[in-house]
Amino acid sequence: MNHQSDIFIDSQPIKLDCGKQLRYQLSYDTYGTLNPNKTNAILICHALTGDQYVASTNPVTQKSGWWANLVGPGLPIDTDKYFVICANVLGGCLGSTGPASQNPDTGKIYGLDFPVVTVFDMVRAQARLIDHFNIDRLFSVIGGSMGGMLVLEWAASYKSRILSAIPIATGSRHSSQNIAFHEVGRQAIMADPNWQSGNYHSLNTSPAKGLAVARMAAHITYMSDQSLQQKFGRNLQDRDSISFGFDADFQIESYLRHQGMSFVDRFDANSYLYLTRAMDYFDLAAKFDDSLMSAFIDTDIRFCIISFTSDWLFPPEESKLIAQALNRVAANVSYVEVNSPKGHDAFLLDEPEMFSAVSGFLTSTAQKYNICDKGENL
Amino acid sequence: MSFESQRFDLLLLADMIAPNSRVLDIGCGDGRLLKLLTKNKNIDARGLELDQTGVNACVADGLSVMQGNADVDLAYYPDNAFDYVILSKTIQATQRPDLVLKEMLRIGKHAIVSFPNFGQWRVISSLAFKSQMPVTKNLEYTWYETPNVHFCTITDFRILCHDLDIKILDTVILNKRGQKLKLPAWMGMNNLFGDQAIFLLSKK
Repeated sequence: MNHQSDIFIDSQPIKLDCGKQLRYQLSYDTYGTLNPNKTNAILICHALTGDQYVASTNPVTQKSGWWANLVGPGLPIDTDKYFVICANVLGGCLGSTGPASQNPDTGKIYGLDFPVVTVFDMVRAQARLIDHFNIDRLFSVIGGSMGGMLVLEWAASYKSRILSAIPIATGSRHSSQNIAFHEVGRQAIMADPNWQSGNYHSLNTSPAKGLAVARMAAHITYMSDQSLQQKFGRNLQDRDSISFGFDADFQIESYLRHQGMSFVDRFDANSYLYLTRAMDYFDLAAKFDDSLMSAFIDTDIRFCIISFTSDWLFPPEESKLIAQALNRVAANVSYVEVNSPKGHDAFLLDEPEMFSAVSGFLTSTAQKYNICDKGENL
Repeated sequence: MSFESQRFDLLLLADMIAPNSRVLDIGCGDGRLLKLLTKNKNIDARGLELDQTGVNACVADGLSVMQGNADVDLAYYPDNAFDYVILSKTIQATQRPDLVLKEMLRIGKHAIVSFPNFGQWRVISSLAFKSQMPVTKNLEYTWYETPNVHFCTITDFRILCHDLDIKILDTVILNKRGQKLKLPAWMGMNNLFGDQAIFLLSKK
């Protein structure tokens, strides 16, 4: 598989929703080959703590790509046919401009001087990256969770620039409960004395404990009660009886502590604040007089919406609302609800029904628009 | 058995549809009709199916399908969104066939409805001579487990169309094997020997 890592430095600043201008760069990876007509490009949008390493080893964690089971040669998002682009989002911390980047005006790390970015700002920056490739129309935009929000924003704001869209395990707005969980995470970070009002980089400290707690709280929302029960139950960790203390007696405690501690090695605390805020602010219908269907009027985009039965962070009802809004404008929409006990995390796991839906949808869309140039049997 | 010989009714139904049109198939099942229409007639075909497992299989097969119920989910579509709205062997399982028909002709310029004829002689004789609710190839459930709650005869359906001010553009009556019934167009005969009927409808 042809795989490249690169950085796009925009010569022009971007105007953000908050009104400020920002000079920025996006760090991105590509997989496969762009065809001469530039019709086979797929943009993949990562989730809150995801990255551009969708199908390649993350250089920090040395773990394989987060969608390596979905993206690659012969896989549902087939890099033998499609040119896959995945960029670290604006506000992120893996090479794209974010609060851990240097402010060109002051020469210091931004910290909380970084402007608040929105999902739309992230998409604006991505659209400039797509311009940079001289791609008029993306064959598809695909993403789960926060990535799914970006997919919906693309579909609403750049209608003529995408042929198809696959929003997975997502919603058209962040629910009150979701905002609540994010707020717990942010408060954990800000309550850590090492956070230092966001100036920890210049003071050479790190709010690792706060960020770890934020991750622990969030991680619970990514799993279902059933999957926790199945995986851990009330099993004890490395002991035969309870300790009558506050050690990690239970396996679930040990697991969460591990998740929290390993997260701080790869993620910037301020970036976590900014990205969770972007998700909280996301409400696609709000821009269209609170009418979600208006976001999709006259759309030619073919949609495949996917949700998971046990996902309580972005429950299937949220996805169904999007599908119904699309029906109201007679858009071409498929809605797949995958029966899975694994909760929100299911979209990153081995879910054959999701794989076959993505594969069937992309193949038939490629056929419909005649985009596969090599005359493959699509 | 090839699928063509198995489902003559789908081929006859597909014959009623003009190429390059927009179609919604309610109760699309495994998506056979959608596939046939997409492949042979360049049709923008969508499906609505009650069973989520069936929906997932259709999408994996490249079709545009979502989970939904004829009684509830047609409300989400705008007026005249489709050239044809199809309800194939499903009307007898809806809660309110009359309201479903009206909705079909609100969201579509044409409606195509096929249903098993409850007036045919096998059904009548089962009731008359065995004193039992009929179980035939097209009415395959016993009375206590059937999802079919609103049976009608071909005559009943014509009367409903008249009452709802719906225009019948075409009618095809099928025999037990799903082939076109070639009888004199005399109502009683069709009603007595027709195993199923397909109606092409429009607003008046």
